[in-house]
Amino acid sequence: MNIQETYTSLGLSDFEYDRILELMGRPPNYLELSLFSVMWSEHCGYKNSRPLLRRFPNTGPRVLQGPGENAGVIEVGEGWALAFKMESHNHPSAVEPYEGAATGVGGIIRDVIAMGARPVALLNALRFGPLDDERNRYLFREVVRGIGGYGNAIGVPTVGGEVEFSPAYSGNPLVNAMCVGLIRADEVVRAKAEAGEGNLVVLFGAKTGRDGIHGATFASDELTEESEAKRSNVQVGDPFAGKMLIECSLRLLERNLLVALQDLGAAGIASSASEMAARGGVGIELDAEKVPLREEGMEAWEVVISESQERMLAVVEPEKADEVLKVCERYELDAAVVGRVTSHGELRVFDNGEPIGSVPAEALADAPVYEREVRRPAYLDGAHRFDPDALPEPDDYNEVLLRMLAHPNLCSRASVYEQYDSEVGSDTVVRPGADAAVLRIKGTKLGFAVTADVSGRHCYLDPRGGGAAAVAEAYRNLSCVGAEPVALTDCLNFGSPEKPDGYYGLSECVDGMAEACEVLGTPVVSGNVSLFNETERGAIYPTPAVGMVGVFEDVSRHATPGFKREGDMVVHLGDYRPTLAGSDYLEIVHGKVAGKPEQPRLPREKEYADLVKSLVAEGIVDTAHDVSGGGLAVALAEMSITGGIGMTFDRVEVEPMLSGRRGDQALFGECGGHFVVAVPEERWDALQEALGGVPYDQIGRTGGDRLDVPGLLDVAVDDLRAAHERDLFEQHAPEGGHLG
Amino acid sequence: MKNALKVRVLVRPKRGILDPQGEAVKRALPALGFSGVGAVHIGRLIELEVESADEVEGMCRRLLANPTTEEYEWEVVS
Repeated sequence: MNIQETYTSLGLSDFEYDRILELMGRPPNYLELSLFSVMWSEHCGYKNSRPLLRRFPNTGPRVLQGPGENAGVIEVGEGWALAFKMESHNHPSAVEPYEGAATGVGGIIRDVIAMGARPVALLNALRFGPLDDERNRYLFREVVRGIGGYGNAIGVPTVGGEVEFSPAYSGNPLVNAMCVGLIRADEVVRAKAEAGEGNLVVLFGAKTGRDGIHGATFASDELTEESEAKRSNVQVGDPFAGKMLIECSLRLLERNLLVALQDLGAAGIASSASEMAARGGVGIELDAEKVPLREEGMEAWEVVISESQERMLAVVEPEKADEVLKVCERYELDAAVVGRVTSHGELRVFDNGEPIGSVPAEALADAPVYEREVRRPAYLDGAHRFDPDALPEPDDYNEVLLRMLAHPNLCSRASVYEQYDSEVGSDTVVRPGADAAVLRIKGTKLGFAVTADVSGRHCYLDPRGGGAAAVAEAYRNLSCVGAEPVALTDCLNFGSPEKPDGYYGLSECVDGMAEACEVLGTPVVSGNVSLFNETERGAIYPTPAVGMVGVFEDVSRHATPGFKREGDMVVHLGDYRPTLAGSDYLEIVHGKVAGKPEQPRLPREKEYADLVKSLVAEGIVDTAHDVSGGGLAVALAEMSITGGIGMTFDRVEVEPMLSGRRGDQALFGECGGHFVVAVPEERWDALQEALGGVPYDQIGRTGGDRLDVPGLLDVAVDDLRAAHERDLFEQHAPEGGHLG
Repeated sequence: MKNALKVRVLVRPKRGILDPQGEAVKRALPALGFSGVGAVHIGRLIELEVESADEVEGMCRRLLANPTTEEYEWEVVS
């Protein structure tokens, strides 16, 4: 392999290689090139997205740590804080879905540990191709198994998430994992190697093997093709070692034995060390021969870039090193002093004293930045051409509603989340299935809520509006359970930025999200970018997953969507301007992805959502639901199904709801910014008083065993439930070998 | 089944891949006083009765083993 082939195979461009030559003043060797390859990748270096990410607001009164660290941190109160981040594991999950998803969960947990926080909640945002395809069913089943397999065993509850199916994700599934950790605000650890010269670098956790080394063929000429086929580069998660890593890291921090802590991700020890060095403005020297190994015959360069899981890197004062190693032994983890902090500002790697690589840490951290060309994609005009009046109007809305509730994108997610332990740790107050998960903070009245949201279809039809809508929906979901939305993490899943019309989606989505973040007051405190999500069929939908966290002063004051009592007054709150453009109804019933969805009206979104939040926090409302996919009919059906109580729409309210609209538009049309709440009659006065100038209508009452909208719908709740409680795994997915 | 062939399939983790089960056993053995254990790898043994061995290779690839992470070998034992 010549040098150009080598750097090309590592994903570096001619331009980037020239820049490396300039920075180094000499040709890099393979190890050095590998480091640049990883540190200048999108995942670490944000070379295509950095100028866009600057558009996000990232400060706020509760923000203790914004982007740039292993995770963002926000303050809850009483000295408590939450660290959280979302990250993609799309490609590994496409190759080996079980381990890809499992190591995605493990990786995001380690990011949170690196901040010194105890992981207390996991969420995930998933996308697959349609389930009528065997390969998609296999990927879906194995990803869910992998999330459960790792998360359940490590003892962190999986409390929420979202999953959608669309042909846009066939062959390119999205697996985004989010973790929230709890920490005392004054104990947030920064991953800086700040305490300078003379401090030691300790590697602890699992042993290092040849996992995830792409260059294996390059340097190992002795490997024949046959032996290569027998070797696997797939990273395998070990949740039991991961659990030890959590406990060990927290014990080391609690005993004040560490100066800095960093998790190991892509390109292993070398990249973690260089990140620490760059952040701290120091140098680090590593001794490859001191790294505990799982297999024999590993080359030094393999050792330092291996991506073996369940490992952390720490900076330790020399006099504390023995104590650190002793604590690691207590947790049955391998640990060794593998290097030292120096003042020369370089990452230097040695093998038995021989220098085998040396790179300025600053150069690694200074990835080139590309301002890509932006061009509005041609498909948008065609997709926006949409005439709702040309749609045949269904004559039986009961049948339509049942069909929608049974669709994989709207049906109950119970068959997924029932495979997850959502209660381990005993702090889960509201389990999966509500608008957001709610957790308490033991020993206080405080709590927090988390949700993950985005509509890829919306972002495809209108990237700017869809980006804003994702943030707004997360904001509504948190408000519905009664939490004050504080900040978010994101995972930007897009196609190639090198195609101007693909970059348009990224740029527009980011603009829409940034605007929503500004107006709603929810800064972005951490995140991740995953680009080049394309197959021969084209790019995925633009999918900027949003993971938002909100806080409770009193977690006992929360709401859920299910109707609670017979005779409650059901109130619609907010703007009712449903459209079929870009709706679930249009895709499910008419097979069309078309039209331009309604633009979010952000200031009103905030006004209404904040009102719903205060209604819950003041104890006026305990039943609230955000109206989103599937429109008002699906929202009411979900409230009936989860509550086991029917609802009758007030006859006189049907006419204003229709007011010139077709039945399908009124029932299934979508727009942001509206809610349904239910209150017992004795709180009706309090509710009206609290509502102030916000538009609202009392639309009916709970009771009975049917959902009845006179003239439009009349279905038994049992039938709704039977349709909704669909098992997403009902079809066998035989592909792949998984007897293990 | 008449004239059934007995097939034995041995599945084990590919070389170089992390084998958490093997690692756990390797850690546990010395704890019980068994010294001198170098490496432990855990796979599985599958016995099948089939009419013909023609499809065994396909069974291995598609279900019995996970070719991304595991290697397998099989033989007709009787």
